[in-house]
Amino acid sequence: MNIVVNNKWIGQRTIRPDGVDKVTGRAAFAADTTMPGMIWGKVLRSPHPHARIRSIDTSKAEALPGVKAVVTSRDVVDFPLDKSVMLGIQDMRWMCRNVMARDKALFPGHPVAAVAATTEAIAAKACELIEVDYEVLPFSIEIEDAIKPDAPILHEFNKFEGKPSNIVGTLEHKKGDIDEGFKQADIIIERSFTTRPVHQGYIEPHACLISVTADGKATIWSSSQGQFMVRAMTSMLTGIPQSDIRAIPAEIGGGFGGKTIVYLEPLATLLAKKSGRPVKMVMTREEVMRATGPTSGSKSTVKIGAKKDGTIVAAQGTFYLQAGAFPGSPIRGAAGCSFAPYDIANVLSVGYDVCSNRSKVAAYRAPGAPIGAYAVECVLDEVAESLNMEPLEFRLKNAARQGTKAAHGPVFPRIGYIETLEAAKTSPHYSTPTGKLQGRGVASGFWFNAGGESSAQVNITEDGNVVVTTGHPDIGGSRAGIANVCAELLGIDYRRVSVIIGDTQTVGFSNLTGGSRVLFASSMVVTQATEKVINTLRERAAKIWEIDPEAVKWENGAAHPASPNAGQFEPLTLEQLAEKAPMQGGPIGAGVQLNTQGADGGFGTHICDVEVDIELGIARVIRYTAVQDVGRAVHPGYVEGQLQGGVAQGIGWALNEEYIYRSDGKVDNPGFLDYRMPVCSDLPMLDTILVEVPNPKHPQGVKGVGEVPLVPVMAAVANAIYRAVGKRFYALPMSPPKVLAGLDEPVQQAAE
Amino acid sequence: MAKLHVSTTVNGEPLEFLCEPFETMLDALRNQLALTGSKEGCASGDCGACSITLDDRLVCSCLMLAAEAEGREIRTIEGMARGGRLHPLQEKFLEQAALQCGICTSGMLVASEALLRKNPDPSEEEVRFWLAGNLCRCTGYDKIVRAVLETATEMREAAQ
Repeated sequence: MNIVVNNKWIGQRTIRPDGVDKVTGRAAFAADTTMPGMIWGKVLRSPHPHARIRSIDTSKAEALPGVKAVVTSRDVVDFPLDKSVMLGIQDMRWMCRNVMARDKALFPGHPVAAVAATTEAIAAKACELIEVDYEVLPFSIEIEDAIKPDAPILHEFNKFEGKPSNIVGTLEHKKGDIDEGFKQADIIIERSFTTRPVHQGYIEPHACLISVTADGKATIWSSSQGQFMVRAMTSMLTGIPQSDIRAIPAEIGGGFGGKTIVYLEPLATLLAKKSGRPVKMVMTREEVMRATGPTSGSKSTVKIGAKKDGTIVAAQGTFYLQAGAFPGSPIRGAAGCSFAPYDIANVLSVGYDVCSNRSKVAAYRAPGAPIGAYAVECVLDEVAESLNMEPLEFRLKNAARQGTKAAHGPVFPRIGYIETLEAAKTSPHYSTPTGKLQGRGVASGFWFNAGGESSAQVNITEDGNVVVTTGHPDIGGSRAGIANVCAELLGIDYRRVSVIIGDTQTVGFSNLTGGSRVLFASSMVVTQATEKVINTLRERAAKIWEIDPEAVKWENGAAHPASPNAGQFEPLTLEQLAEKAPMQGGPIGAGVQLNTQGADGGFGTHICDVEVDIELGIARVIRYTAVQDVGRAVHPGYVEGQLQGGVAQGIGWALNEEYIYRSDGKVDNPGFLDYRMPVCSDLPMLDTILVEVPNPKHPQGVKGVGEVPLVPVMAAVANAIYRAVGKRFYALPMSPPKVLAGLDEPVQQAAE
Repeated sequence: MAKLHVSTTVNGEPLEFLCEPFETMLDALRNQLALTGSKEGCASGDCGACSITLDDRLVCSCLMLAAEAEGREIRTIEGMARGGRLHPLQEKFLEQAALQCGICTSGMLVASEALLRKNPDPSEEEVRFWLAGNLCRCTGYDKIVRAVLETATEMREAAQ
């Protein structure tokens, strides 16, 4: 095609289109919108981890002055248990019961009713007046309790090995012959690990404002990772057709996977419909912590066998993941990703999805993969140590490369894993000596990455500038990347490209912001739409010059004759062609809708230095380098940001974050004071090395980057702590009390 | 209970509002004064997304009663850019990609500005401990700390 690309904007640290709004406080997040006549919604939640709901009496609440509507599960569309209805990876049988308990409440915080009233205080008072008759049932929260033969069963219809069970799903990946493989091994190491549930920790609580008109048309302002997901789920749970729901994506204050399902939107829609008033609902932090998805706690066993020369001959992993109240823990990520960086002849990787009485899991950055990688990468460190091999050399010897068949199915195309190991090895960080009570750990990680449906519209304005509309909420700066791509192709200043996230009724279907898919998929559709626009521009110039469109090239924001043979013409700029558009065929613009393909997996290798205070048990990360094959960094600042953010979350998961449950089954730390996420003074600078092995299936070479950076972190930290103090920890978090207890162990044993 | 009448100054402008005795400054800003740049992340003073200054002192507006604004001077993120000109910190956050989702950004900027007024030449450690009350879940703080340090350098150079 006659488009000349100079790479002027791709790879540049341009200012994001939504930037000024966000540094001046003008950006409208979900809780920032109001409407005339607006009232407030509140949710009544179960205090019990497990209880049958015998009856709900809402009459006193309804009689309270100021109360405008009350809803219960009777108002939510039921999806009977005997038939699965999938929307993406979510089963609406569980979703309808998760947004509002039907026959049973399955975790403390499970919604049982919702109220809308003229003030928040009246809505809260009305919730207290609702009488719920519960038959309290025994419960289990931890995996080992939930899989005991006599465990209280959450979903009686579910059978495992012929009996009612809380094991609600399994997944197995097999390659070669695992028993034969272990027979070839000179050394075999098997270890068991546990991790605690951790929350995505977005700073913005879930919120929405919803208006439903008398003719049944709904408008939703909400913060989510997908306005189309919000529309579809709200439609299915309320019975309003999708064409009558306009879901407007508010700016989203963090998601990390946790905003890929609905909690409030269906309830607010039902309350708005019943009351005839716009309804606003905003969760408190406590509600977020008690009732929205953390990721799974886990229990896993990993066994790895290697020959003396360092060749891994067999690897086996068993991963039990806590799904919470409904099936759906990320066993695919744990069982599928954990061995993927390695070329191993014999692999058996099995996942178990276990229900228990805590909130239903939601996706969290490379769901399941960090749990699997934590176990695998820690065992690999021990195997390397036993073989007296340097840990990066050991990984290099066994690294997956182009042509390696992964245990989860695919044969890898050209991948950049080896490049990440080489870059880590030659980094300044890796050759710097560590000091006393300091240690250095390494670990690698893999995530699948996703493509999927995306739509974009590129329009040339009458004054010759550009508006791009896409359909994915921008969480981390994706609009900046899109502006770079479009400006690059058009050969104009990126500031002339305005990038808008459209609502469900103004842009074509676009799947979730998730799976590290947004810049991969949206730059693909934006590229195709921009190329169509450029073709139109070339045709217009050809018409004016009375030459063949093929004899026109597009360069630096203007049409030029492609060669001297085409004739001598002054270039026609974008502005000139836009001005002439009414006489030359009308408005200029193009839309593209695709199910994007070719999002191959991503690999990263991390180096972590810790220093351990052996008096207090505090492990502190003092230096960190994340290396990742990012394909092509369209906007390096936001690519680095993805790596740094993932690392920070991983350090929190490794060292401090955990759900703590009381004996009555309630979360004991539902706030930021006691659920301890990393603060600024906990962390060092987080260095990044961007390895760019372009994705051949993408016009700019883009690979997903957002999720890989969380995958290796916990193992890198654990391996570093071992190098610092000579003690391996097999349970997360490695918080000060646990580290201190672990360091005390040998002393106690010696004293016995 | 009757509402309280409060006369105060917000971002240099005198104004009055009515509030409930139990209403927080954050709720008054957001719900009465339409200043939604200050965010609620926790309502318990743990996240700093609602940071404002009260007579030049950095506070969490979720921990302050609206009635306490009587006769005092409040500054919020909305008052940081002057006459359509961004504050150097705002410029630097944009240049350095020191924000991702942006929900913590208002509080981070208000807190950083309060730091630089108090200490124009902070060390990295001083920046990290000053901002330890402002949670960010997206960035890992790296680019935020760099942006604050670079702004401090440039503001000192500009002042000379």
